[in-house]
Amino acid sequence: MVALASVLRASDLKRSFESLSFTWGEIPRGALTEIAGPASSGRTAFLCSILAAASAQQEFCALIDTQDTFDPASAAHAGVGLSQILWVRCGGNVEHALKVTDWLAQGGGFGLVALDLGDTPMKIAHHIPLAAWFRLRQAAANTKTALVSLAQRVHAPSCSALKIELSRNRVTWRGRGPGRLLEGFTVTAAHVKDHRRHEVPVALQR
Amino acid sequence: MFAALHASGNFVLLLACAEHFSPLIEELPPDTVVFDIRGLRLIFGNPREIAAEIHRRVGIPANVAIASNPDAAVHAARGIAGVTVIAPRQEAATLAPLPLYLLGGSPEFAHTMEAWGLRTFGELAALPPRGVAARLGEEGVLFQRLARGEQNRLLRVRGEELQFQEELELESPVDLLEPLLFLLSGMLQELCARLQSHSLATNEVRVWLTLERAPEHSTVLSLPVPMLDPKVLLKLLHLEWSSRPPQAAVEKIRMELVPVETRALQHGLYVPSSPEPEKLEVTLARIRNLVGAKNVGSPALLDTHRPDSFRMTPLRGSSELALVVPRMVLRRFRPPYSAQVWCTGVGQPVRIVSSQGEWRVTACAGPWFTSGDWWMGDSWDREEWDVEISERGIFRLHQHRDSKRWFVEGSYD
Repeated sequence: MVALASVLRASDLKRSFESLSFTWGEIPRGALTEIAGPASSGRTAFLCSILAAASAQQEFCALIDTQDTFDPASAAHAGVGLSQILWVRCGGNVEHALKVTDWLAQGGGFGLVALDLGDTPMKIAHHIPLAAWFRLRQAAANTKTALVSLAQRVHAPSCSALKIELSRNRVTWRGRGPGRLLEGFTVTAAHVKDHRRHEVPVALQR
Repeated sequence: MFAALHASGNFVLLLACAEHFSPLIEELPPDTVVFDIRGLRLIFGNPREIAAEIHRRVGIPANVAIASNPDAAVHAARGIAGVTVIAPRQEAATLAPLPLYLLGGSPEFAHTMEAWGLRTFGELAALPPRGVAARLGEEGVLFQRLARGEQNRLLRVRGEELQFQEELELESPVDLLEPLLFLLSGMLQELCARLQSHSLATNEVRVWLTLERAPEHSTVLSLPVPMLDPKVLLKLLHLEWSSRPPQAAVEKIRMELVPVETRALQHGLYVPSSPEPEKLEVTLARIRNLVGAKNVGSPALLDTHRPDSFRMTPLRGSSELALVVPRMVLRRFRPPYSAQVWCTGVGQPVRIVSSQGEWRVTACAGPWFTSGDWWMGDSWDREEWDVEISERGIFRLHQHRDSKRWFVEGSYD
């Protein structure tokens, strides 16, 4: 356990999301990418890593936050350039979130438009009609905008160009008793490319 | 080249005539105007033909003079009747017979000229410049240059305050938005055309609606960038009034566009594209209407340790660069879930019951104490714990140390 933790600490930058083949440069533009995973699976960290990479390249990004869960402080800590981000808080209204995503994707000019449905109850997210996903894909088609959705599971497999699924492996703690520290956790990121499933373990630090 | 117009008692007519030929006009009330006529050669021909056209256009008996500098033209118009065209380098000869009082100047200067027996421009111009400078100083040198027609300067163009306002009184009150927007469309097109003719744009639209038996309804749209498209401005007004419509039928419309310099932007070849400002503003207005203005913007962190402190700012973009590091990120529950927490003897949480269910803690880290603003009314003082719930995830808990109440603040993701 200790050995694993020390290995993760030493090599966290190498075994980061950047080591995956689907870093920001690989997120398809003009298409829908789905990031899926349960709570604490690193899906928000992955979204923030692509937001950070896009904002570092002076791209304007939009984050449609359905449940109002985005934390600007920890996003800034992960490297997100907050001044490049348009944050729309929808207060739990999925219909509003879909409408806003559609408008922003159609408006053009944004490098990344991300729809966060991560804490939306499964039964509500599951009832989003497939037509709505196709409409979003159509809005982003023929633009330079990468449309990304984040949810607990893949909702529109037939219209997303890239699907990334994340799951949590192990939590790393440091120390014992009072003053113990949550150091990070490891996740497995999987994506399907050329009909083959690629899995990569990734370490996330605090 | 400059043209001067001189006539007694008809200053308004002189000004109207000058405005027909040039926007660069210097007013010398009560009887003279001088204006820039460079570029008119292509329209009217040589200076003599320009002078004839000015004389024809003014429509009253007036003196017209054209010269290579404004002062020579003014003095010629004031001193020589009819139309005078002074060829370059002929100013001194043309102005020589004019009386010295046309130069103006202080009473002391006029007294000195009289004492020296000088009465015309030519006599002053003939004096040796060094001697004039030694005896009369800077004022003498200036008047001698004026008498020789050598003094060149820029026009002191009148500082007209440009106002872009339109007013429309309706014969019968309008109570529907669509016909009101139709009327506004015409006013906006007129005002935008006027702005465009002055190479200006607007960054603020103000509209006052006089209502039937209700207080005036005023609207101010502050735009992030100068705009000039009447369709965009109309759409923004439409969206504004969709969320905040007038409370009664409209009897009178008054509109003002605040003029500013137009936007000039040079895009780089390798700079990523950004949203078109006009289109983005319309989209943001629609989003604000849908989710509320306070829920749209770019987050900016506040300089405090208080948890979840930020403010929303307009989306501007900047060139700040940050290191991209994969880190776990907190997803905040807003508002945090109230919870009941059972702890061990040493204070470690072991069981959590909240509106989300009952959870058993498998591992935890803490406590971490944080407090601040104790010198103000809204202080905070709490202890934080990071807990792992095996099937659910990793969460952050906190307990208010005053009230001893527990909350689930968010999940690490």
